[in-house]
Amino acid sequence: MDKKTVDLSLLDGVLEEYASVKGSLITILQNTQDIYGYLPKEAIELISEKTGIATSEIMGVGTFYTQFRFEPVGKYLIMLCQGTACHVNSSELILQTVKDELHIEDGQTTEDGLFSLKCVACLGCCSLSPVMMINEDTYGSLTPEKTKKILKELREAAQ
Amino acid sequence: MRIVIGQGSCGIAAGAEKVRKALLSAGVDEAAVSIAGCIGMCWLEPIVDIYDDENKLTRLVRVSENDAEAVASFVKSGDRTLVEKLIVTDEDSEFLTKQTRIALRNCGIINPEQLEAYTAAGGYTALKKCLTELTPEQVIEIIKTSGLAGRGGAGFPTWFKWNAARQSAGEEKYLICNADEGDPGAFMDRAVIESDPHNLIEGMLIGAYAIGAKHAVVYVRAEYPLAIKRLKKAIAQATEKGIIGENIFGTEFSCDFTIKAGAGAFVCGEETALIESLEGHRGMPRLKPPFPAQSGFWRKPSNINNVETFANVAWIINNGGEAFAAMGTEGSKGTKVFAVTGKVKRSGLVEIPMGKTLRDVIFDIGGGMKTDKPFKAVQMGGPSGGCIPADLIDTVIDYKALGATGAIMGSGGMVVMDESTCMVGMAKFFLDFTAKESCGKCIHCRIGTKRMLEMLERITKGEGKEGDIELLEELCYSIKDGALCGLGQTAPNPVLTTIKYFRDEYEAHIKEKKCPAGECSDLIEYRIIADKCRGCTLCARNCPVNAISGTVKNPHVIDTDKCIKCGKCYQSCKFGAIVKE
Repeated sequence: MDKKTVDLSLLDGVLEEYASVKGSLITILQNTQDIYGYLPKEAIELISEKTGIATSEIMGVGTFYTQFRFEPVGKYLIMLCQGTACHVNSSELILQTVKDELHIEDGQTTEDGLFSLKCVACLGCCSLSPVMMINEDTYGSLTPEKTKKILKELREAAQ
Repeated sequence: MRIVIGQGSCGIAAGAEKVRKALLSAGVDEAAVSIAGCIGMCWLEPIVDIYDDENKLTRLVRVSENDAEAVASFVKSGDRTLVEKLIVTDEDSEFLTKQTRIALRNCGIINPEQLEAYTAAGGYTALKKCLTELTPEQVIEIIKTSGLAGRGGAGFPTWFKWNAARQSAGEEKYLICNADEGDPGAFMDRAVIESDPHNLIEGMLIGAYAIGAKHAVVYVRAEYPLAIKRLKKAIAQATEKGIIGENIFGTEFSCDFTIKAGAGAFVCGEETALIESLEGHRGMPRLKPPFPAQSGFWRKPSNINNVETFANVAWIINNGGEAFAAMGTEGSKGTKVFAVTGKVKRSGLVEIPMGKTLRDVIFDIGGGMKTDKPFKAVQMGGPSGGCIPADLIDTVIDYKALGATGAIMGSGGMVVMDESTCMVGMAKFFLDFTAKESCGKCIHCRIGTKRMLEMLERITKGEGKEGDIELLEELCYSIKDGALCGLGQTAPNPVLTTIKYFRDEYEAHIKEKKCPAGECSDLIEYRIIADKCRGCTLCARNCPVNAISGTVKNPHVIDTDKCIKCGKCYQSCKFGAIVKE
């Protein structure tokens, strides 16, 4: 999503529902991220204005939790599991494969805006390790070959 | 005829939804098809259970879309030869028959999206009994008799916490469920919520009645979208039936229910950090006392228990505290659920009575190792726990006995490792996790874990120095003493236990610059065995830095100066001609 065109009216519903409910900041931020894919600066300022919570505090909360992002992500968000079971079953090799295929590091997005890579602690599908989630879909028992094939298919599907 | 498809996260990831659709396209009657959660035989997913008209079960495993026609024909004709290769083996079936399921009793059997399925299995009778026949004090007494202890890891007696919250002054109280299962390698709580959400709700409502709370809150990981979806659905169904809300079952007792999604912070498993997060703040632990039972959520008396703890409650009420206490050991009662993963043959959910041994879980139920390499250690309790070596495999599952090894019971993650796992690397893996997850409040935890991580990184790179082990130990004890919350106090455990049981591996890294497990890439070299190499050129083509030379049908050679030790050649060789040393 283009950062310059943040449509703040999309936040109306969320703010109406939660702005005056105490303790809702994390919920508001989660909803905001669902809408924009990340937490735009403009949205944070609006949330501050409507809730009365200082932007510094919102940023404090936003940066504390791994779920929140401050940059837009690609069409496909790859969440690569680095949990214990995946670690034992060579998730490092899968990480290397994804990095080599997409030429990005953890936390980065490909230049074409298609893929973002994020290493996560555990997806809870340990029996399928090594595992990755791409958007809503989970891919298990990964090998370097299988990983390359999945990325290739997604790239083709996007074209 | 009923066809039940296991649709927990694992099952869906393995393709269960595709199988369901394929079965429908193959002509299976949609009305006969339903879903269940996770039976816990995760290594066999997708699983399709077919019950004939006499309710006799045929369990099909590792079913793919391509099997849909055969399965559909079997459903029509009852001819088992059509699906012979899919029928679960007797050996694999023992994975379930050797277990004792209480918390997981309905998981993978009933439809988690239907309230009726839960009530048909005896659901909500325990709640009704509590509200209509028992006083809150009597409920607490039954839980006391049962010996139920916190299943999140600490093992604190549940009745004691409930009683403390009950005794606390104040009209407004909160009952909170910690479903922020952050331990990497554990998925028991996810399975319970996805597979039997009403059981959690019932346990929580009984807890709320016992302590006198009118508000129940579930704090669940945002990484578990399916669990959140099914729990929301279950709450809506229970609310519609008057099981949640005002005057439940026509009694004086009222309780509302909310879900809060966590946002990814391991420290929020600590109860005061969880409360901070519920209030919308950074999840940083508070000083105790006051304990949550006196001053918790919104500074009101609050009680926090883990998902599995609540999942036992309804069963205990229905069967009596004595029945639960009859299982287990002197100090640890009832059953415990473990998520058994790693290099084990049968990876999945295991619920067994306390008092069984690690060998029972890993070898008898789990089927032993899936590789031809021998069992080396099992990691229990995740980043707060430790590694238990092979010679302690007969350790009894009991809070005290496990604690004595330096590991902990933990929430139930059990990661099995073979000889290919480097124990220094394992310690580094967990320290990397805790250093990232440290909230930063205490200096010992924030800086101590970072310094330990740096040392472990050095050691695994072959830059370890004499005295590093002693310095690591010293840091471990300072962090344990200096940290405020459980995260910091237990963060050194993976390091301490690996030093205790695998000191020789640390020494090999430091003194000989060798990684005995062959995992630390800086300390190994790849070499091609000329006799085994067929000259297929695959390794050379896969090498990203052109470090492999050779001609077709002739043995290849690796230039170790150019080699970046990525292991791609080793992975790609089909003849076992490449070795790492």
